[in-house]
Amino acid sequence: MKEFNIRKVLSLLVTVCSICLGVIWLIPLVWLVGTALTETSFHMTLLPTTPFTFENIKYVWNAIPFAQYYINTLTLVVVTFAIQFFTSTLAGYAMAFYNFPGQALIFVIIFMQIIIPNDVLIIPNFMTLSEMGLIDSKLGVMFPFLGSAMAIFLLRQHFKTVPRAFGEAARIDGANLWQTIWRVYMPCAKPAYMSFAVISVSYHWNNYLWPLIVTKSPTNRTLTVGLAIFAKSKEADMQWANVCAATLIIIAPLLLAFFVMQKQFMNSFVSAGVKE
Amino acid sequence: MARITTAAQRRRKEIATAYMLLAPALLVMLVFTVYPVLRSVFLSMTKYRMGMEAPEWIWFSNFQRLAGNSTFWKVMRNTVAFALMTVIPSMVLGLGLAMLVNREGRHIGFIRTAYFYPSVMPMIAIASIWMFIYMAGNGLFDQMLIKLGGQSMNVLSDKDKVLPAMAVMYVWREAGYLMVFFLSGLQSINGDVLEAASIDGATGWKTFRHITLPLLAPTTLFVSTVAFTNCFKLADHVIIMTEGAPNNASTLLLYYIYQQGFTNMNYGVSSALTVIMLAMLLVVSLPRFFSEDRKIHYA
Repeated sequence: MKEFNIRKVLSLLVTVCSICLGVIWLIPLVWLVGTALTETSFHMTLLPTTPFTFENIKYVWNAIPFAQYYINTLTLVVVTFAIQFFTSTLAGYAMAFYNFPGQALIFVIIFMQIIIPNDVLIIPNFMTLSEMGLIDSKLGVMFPFLGSAMAIFLLRQHFKTVPRAFGEAARIDGANLWQTIWRVYMPCAKPAYMSFAVISVSYHWNNYLWPLIVTKSPTNRTLTVGLAIFAKSKEADMQWANVCAATLIIIAPLLLAFFVMQKQFMNSFVSAGVKE
Repeated sequence: MARITTAAQRRRKEIATAYMLLAPALLVMLVFTVYPVLRSVFLSMTKYRMGMEAPEWIWFSNFQRLAGNSTFWKVMRNTVAFALMTVIPSMVLGLGLAMLVNREGRHIGFIRTAYFYPSVMPMIAIASIWMFIYMAGNGLFDQMLIKLGGQSMNVLSDKDKVLPAMAVMYVWREAGYLMVFFLSGLQSINGDVLEAASIDGATGWKTFRHITLPLLAPTTLFVSTVAFTNCFKLADHVIIMTEGAPNNASTLLLYYIYQQGFTNMNYGVSSALTVIMLAMLLVVSLPRFFSEDRKIHYA
């Protein structure tokens, strides 16, 4: 009976501890949302003291071409993922089921991309991109990511768990290579595609350094680049309500998606093991 | 004879198909991963600035010059110091948070969400918010200090406090991210082992020290690689918060590469710095090569 009580107290302690830490972790978000959605005050407070308003959001929405940036970011995220989906499926299938000379070397290249974050190679990649004449283009922002080592590796692992008999049965029924991949292997690897989608979308929604370097005009700039320009401009100086409103505008979609599907998000990051 | 030819033909066709499937992804990886690494190595041994027709071969002079440059050493010290201030605390905290939320319950999902959400925010959004939190006098941090009887610190303008201040922000972001890896590691530990230990009379700390921690070793090794890599590739928050101020006290290696390449237009030196960065990434990734088969455990 005594043992039982100690356990109960301990469990309560863990709960209290984890809730307290959770509250501390939420402070920046609470302040951000509170400040973005209330009237400007001259004194910064953790919890809002002024009335609720959409004025800050309205102001920054008109001060910065956010609508354009939203379209740009959405286009980049969707097109990048669509192309990655295609290239990684094919490459993942080849790495899972074929034996060919040079395979070991391709594994080396895959691991190279997994251990070297794209941001580290900005100087040589910028040179290559300008030689290709793709500076300040959407294709230029997407190009380095169109062959994703993480996705190839993840899909390869999943394809390998599909029983070989499934594929062979499809071939006997007269399905060609494309049909076999499309009808048999892709449906079996759905969880892998979900993980890869979550990671690809959050990476490209949040990516900053590469789009900053590549884009020059508002027609190509992403949300993150737009936010940075605003946060560093003269009109944002000391205007925390406006900067918070601008920040909220760019983080809201992904954050809401995460709150709705938190389990899926966390599992995705674990299963891929890397942020591209 | 005819049969042998068919087998050889079939083999050749198989190889051709494999390369056809690989071609689109492989082409991008060759152009944007392999080639830039080779190009950085080549350019690091050349003198190459904006306005020069072609790079000029100078062997290791860029590295020699960097070795005698006090700013370079300051940046390296900052990068290593920042890594030490963030990697170990965020790993310890990540493991702690994972142990707190390694339970079932109605509120657990909500608490996990609270720890993890900074990881789905862009670093520049985090930097924009924390810049105000750290603002001199009126910022939330300084207000808290004043309330506690201290005085305003203006941490982002203080050469000794700017890195620790950024480290606190980064640990807040990273701990939740590392937590999910530890959580998956904890959940893969067989419950029978822990039960057996408790029957044998092992108490909480002993179980943790002699059973949980050793069983988590592969996870910990993997997480340390991820944590170092993530930390080395940071530059976004420096661009927003300080641009390296005061006097390069907050300049990290990737930001220095960016500055040398895009502000000073010195491609030779920035390539030499890129090569140093690549060497650092290789060193912290070594555990992965020796335990690559364990990746299946995460996938």
